[in-house]
Amino acid sequence: MTSAMPTLAVWKFASCDGCQLSLLDCEDELLAVAGRVRVAHFLEASRAVLPGPYDVSLVEGSITTPDDAERIRRVREVSRTLVTIGACATAGGIQALRDNADVAEFASVVYAHPEYIATLATSTPIAAHVDVDYELHGCPVDRRQLLEVLGALLIGRKPNIPAHSVCFECKQRHNVCVVVAHGTPCLGPVTRAGCGALCPAVSRGCYGCFGPAETPNYAALESVPGSVFLEVTRRKEQS
Amino acid sequence: MPEESVLLDVEALPRLVGELRERGYTVIGPTVRDGAIMLAELESAADLPYGWGVETEAGRYRLRRRADNAAFAHSAGPQSVKDILHPPRARLWSADRATGSVTAGPDEPPRYAILGARPCDLAALGVLDRVFTGGAHTEPIYTARRDGAFIVAVECTEPGATCFCTSMGGGPDARDGYDLAMTELAGEHDDRFLIRAGSPAGAEVLAALPTRPAGTEVIGEARAAVARAAGAMTRSMPDEPLPDLLAAARESPHWTDVAARCLTCGNCTMVCPTCFCTTTEDVTDLTGEHAERWRRWDSCFDLDFSYLHGGSVRTSGESRYRQWISHKLGTWHDQFGSSGCVGCGRCIAWCPAGIDITAEAAALSAWRASEEEPC
Ligand code: SF4
Ligand code: SF4
Ligand code: SF4
Ligand code: SF4
Repeated sequence: MTSAMPTLAVWKFASCDGCQLSLLDCEDELLAVAGRVRVAHFLEASRAVLPGPYDVSLVEGSITTPDDAERIRRVREVSRTLVTIGACATAGGIQALRDNADVAEFASVVYAHPEYIATLATSTPIAAHVDVDYELHGCPVDRRQLLEVLGALLIGRKPNIPAHSVCFECKQRHNVCVVVAHGTPCLGPVTRAGCGALCPAVSRGCYGCFGPAETPNYAALESVPGSVFLEVTRRKEQS
Repeated sequence: MPEESVLLDVEALPRLVGELRERGYTVIGPTVRDGAIMLAELESAADLPYGWGVETEAGRYRLRRRADNAAFAHSAGPQSVKDILHPPRARLWSADRATGSVTAGPDEPPRYAILGARPCDLAALGVLDRVFTGGAHTEPIYTARRDGAFIVAVECTEPGATCFCTSMGGGPDARDGYDLAMTELAGEHDDRFLIRAGSPAGAEVLAALPTRPAGTEVIGEARAAVARAAGAMTRSMPDEPLPDLLAAARESPHWTDVAARCLTCGNCTMVCPTCFCTTTEDVTDLTGEHAERWRRWDSCFDLDFSYLHGGSVRTSGESRYRQWISHKLGTWHDQFGSSGCVGCGRCIAWCPAGIDITAEAAALSAWRASEEEPC
């Protein structure tokens, strides 16, 4: 009964495709469900496109053009469950740097004919335009979390996507804290878990690619006396 | 049963590890990894951190080379015996759709020998025993691992700057709860251990080791070193009944002060050797044929931790820090009949913001005193 098979669609907005690559990287696991889920729209993997509606839509990228602002509404209309994936879709991405700058000036520097460029002054997350059911953070998303959400949606349970700090995962993985033991600045205490504390696991500070944790106390990062976090503040001020 | 102490040369440590391994134990002990003393399986005594010491302060921990070759002259790292006996993740049950079978409980419990447990670890084990095995319903994962465990404690001769076990009623000496207890006597020329058994299992292992009698002089030397350690501790808790203090401080303005510094990152609870809270997670594979329920450490600094219908009860940093310290030092007494804090100092050293439980308790005490001043 193919009609009962859930359908999956993958959509791209302003992004680098890295999160879709994370999905492609789940090839082995996805093959296991080949008979249970129909990939109906995934241009990075296949040109074949099936008509909607779709049971699950994964959305990568942010909204940066008037066309995309329209397109995301159509995607929402044909999606039963909409999951945004990655820093661009959930927070606006690196391209949101334009939000505090002059986009016309950027365009004039980058493009020979900026008059052909139709772009918005801002790069906004998908949730700023349509209702989003689940958000997966990270740059790129964590493949384990991606599979967790897909597995949960397929079976109809709530996915485990905790919003506490990276430190939770860091300690549970038995990493040595780079702040305390090495004096390396780390944004883990204010960053949302999900990556499995990847960077501290290789003795590097977290640079916050999963975005803010549930209750980030940035002021505490900056006011720790004599702390390495002062270095973070200093660099921020210099730049 | 504290038995007579005998001498064990450092050259005989491999024999100790070997005897434990021969008895089927997975031997866990301190090793150096990524700039810290971390617990790991010891293949042999050669994996021990000979010649390494540590310097700790609030929010700071550094390894340093020692002049001698001591293997256990370091205070508590970020892990504790809790990490071994109450693991961060454990499977509670698994189920298969095809066979309709549900397999409850974890796999066959591993048998661990823990080499180098500190006296504060012993105290923490006492606390965890009351939590997990003291009530009407014993917790099976900890209990099974605990029952199978063999504990080799090492007394402390050099406390870390963050230690305050004496002020919590413990001390750098091993009192009970061990199978073997050692005191390391490391000097420029010699490296020896005074070792004694604390259980029949310990006595049996001790009998298999090449020990020799210890003179009263060396026993006195070891006692003095441990006593010096007790006297060298610089931190302490306010000298008053802490449950009363915490109860009286419920509405103290000090919570706002500490919340301004607290990252609510949860590190303190995870390094604490007695923090035991967990949550559960259901996992399914993509085919939906296999399901498992896992338990993982949780923390009162997690918003979800206090999630009741409709939302979290403790949303502010104030309320979460207050919950943590009030449970540790106050309500733990009502619940389990002892303090939840053994004074190991881990939460002080491993807090990225350097928040110090002794300093916070002192601030609450000072606030209370000022409140009660007649005016
Ligand atoms: S290394 Fe970073 S993420 Fe890990 S515990 Fe320390 S501060 Fe938290
Ligand atoms: S540790 Fe931080 S920067 Fe590194 S992958 Fe995780 S969230 Fe991203
Ligand atoms: S007291 Fe320190 S370790 Fe604990 S949650 Fe606050 S900042 Fe993190
Ligand atoms: S509260 Fe801090 S000092 Fe007390 S036992 Fe826990 S980690 Fe150690």
